[in-house]
Amino acid sequence: MILQFCRSCQKYQYYPRPICVACGGDDLWPVEAAGTGVVDSFTVVHRAETPYTVARVSLTEGPIVLTHLVDIPDPVCDQPVRLDWRDGLPVFRPSLPE
Amino acid sequence: MSVAIAGAAECDLGKTGKSILELQTQAVTRALADAGLTLADVDGIATNGISRFSATQLADYLGLQPSWSDSSFAGGAVFEMYVARAAQAISSGQCSTVVISYASNQRSARSRKLTGVYEEGTPEAAFEEPYRPLYPISYYAMVAQRYLHTYGLSRADLAGVAVAARDRAQLNPAAWTYGKGPLTVDEVLAAPMISSPLGALDCCLVTDGGGAVVLTSLSRARDLPKPPVTVMGYGEALTHTGMATAPDLLRTGAIESGQRAFARAGLAPADVDVVQLYDSFTISVPLGLEALGFAAPGEGLSVTLPHNTGGGGLAYCHPGQLGVLLLVEAVRQLRGECGARQVPDASVALAHGTGGIFSSHATVILGVDR
Repeated sequence: MILQFCRSCQKYQYYPRPICVACGGDDLWPVEAAGTGVVDSFTVVHRAETPYTVARVSLTEGPIVLTHLVDIPDPVCDQPVRLDWRDGLPVFRPSLPE
Repeated sequence: MSVAIAGAAECDLGKTGKSILELQTQAVTRALADAGLTLADVDGIATNGISRFSATQLADYLGLQPSWSDSSFAGGAVFEMYVARAAQAISSGQCSTVVISYASNQRSARSRKLTGVYEEGTPEAAFEEPYRPLYPISYYAMVAQRYLHTYGLSRADLAGVAVAARDRAQLNPAAWTYGKGPLTVDEVLAAPMISSPLGALDCCLVTDGGGAVVLTSLSRARDLPKPPVTVMGYGEALTHTGMATAPDLLRTGAIESGQRAFARAGLAPADVDVVQLYDSFTISVPLGLEALGFAAPGEGLSVTLPHNTGGGGLAYCHPGQLGVLLLVEAVRQLRGECGARQVPDASVALAHGTGGIFSSHATVILGVDR
C-alpha cells in the first residue's frame, strides 16, 4: 500500500494527488505504508448474501483509508489492525498479539 | 436590504404517480398563491434535480425567462444555500422575486439507488467503491458506530429518535406515517439491518414530494397577505466527498455552518424556538443538535427544544433532498399555522440542511417580522 510523503511538511497522504493537501507543496514521494493502524469506525453491510465489514482505518502514518475488515467477527472502534490483501485490494485483519 | 420569505408550500407528497415537473409546478404555484403573487412576478428561480439544466428547464416549463437563477448541486443542503444566494441577489437588485423549489417522484418512479452513485474518474470511484459501501447509508452507519462507542450508548438509544419522529408525525396530517400510530424501540431494533448499526427504521423514508418558498424584499413582503418571515442569517460549510476524508466522524461541517449563521444573525442557540434539522438517519439528529450548539457533545439525544416538528425525513416525507421542506415547516411554525404541532409563540426558527455523507452543510435562521 503506497502513501505519499511530503518532504516539505513531513505529512503523509492517501490517495495520491499532485499536491500536498496539508501545505500545498508538490515535493511528494511514494512510500510503502507500515501496514498498521486502528479501526476508526466500521459498518457491517447486510445487503449481500454474505455480509461484509466496511471500515475506516487510521493508519499509523496519519491518513485514514476506507477498507474492509477481514477475520474480525466482532470489530470494535480503536482496535489495532494490520494490512493484508484480498483480491488485489488492501484490507485489514487483527494485529498479531504482542 | 432585508429579505423575507413571503410564501411557502408543499407539492403532493407520498406516492403521487406524477412527473417531477408536474410536482414542481404544484410546488411553485402553491407557494406563489400562498404569497399572493403569480408566475408573472417571478424573476428568479433556484432549483435542481430536474435535469442538467434544472433552473432553465423549470423556467421553460413554466414559461418564464428569469433574470437570476441558481442550479447549484450540494445534495439536500443546497436549498438553504439558495436562500443565501437569493437574499444576496434580491439585495443587490439582480431580481426581486425568487422561487426556490424542489420535487421528486422517487417513490413512484422507483428511482432510488443504494449504490452506483460513484462517478467515473473521481477518487472515490477508484479508492472507495471497490469496498462496496452503501451510499450514503454506510457513512452514516460509521458515524453512528463511532458515536455509540464514544459515548457508551446503544442502538436502543438511537432508536428513540425514530420513535419520537413517528410521534411528531401523528400531529401532521401531511406526513407519510400519519395515522399509523406509534413506533416502539423494539420495532426499530427488529427492523431489517441495512448497514450496522443502522436498520431500516433508522433510515429516512423514500417518498415523492417537494415544496417551494418565495423570497422578496421585506418591505414588499409587508404588503403581501401572509406575515413575512425574515431571513436573519445564513452560513454554510463544505467538508468532504470521500468516506475516509473527515479526520473526526463526530465533527461535522454543521459546527462551522451554524456558527456562521448565528454570527450573521447576531443570535445564539438559546434564542432559537424551533429547529428543522435534516434527519436523514437517526444519528443525524443528536449529532446535528450538538454541532449547532443545542447540546453538549454526547448529549444530543436528550434535547427538549422543539425540532423536526412535522415528523421530518424519518416520518413525514423524504423526497431525496429534504432541504426545501425544512424551510416550509420553519415558515409555518413562525406564522403559527401548525395546528396541533404548533410551537407556542415561535419567533426564531433554524433550518439546517445536510447533503451527501455529511458533505455539505447550510444553516438558515428565520424570524418573525418585528
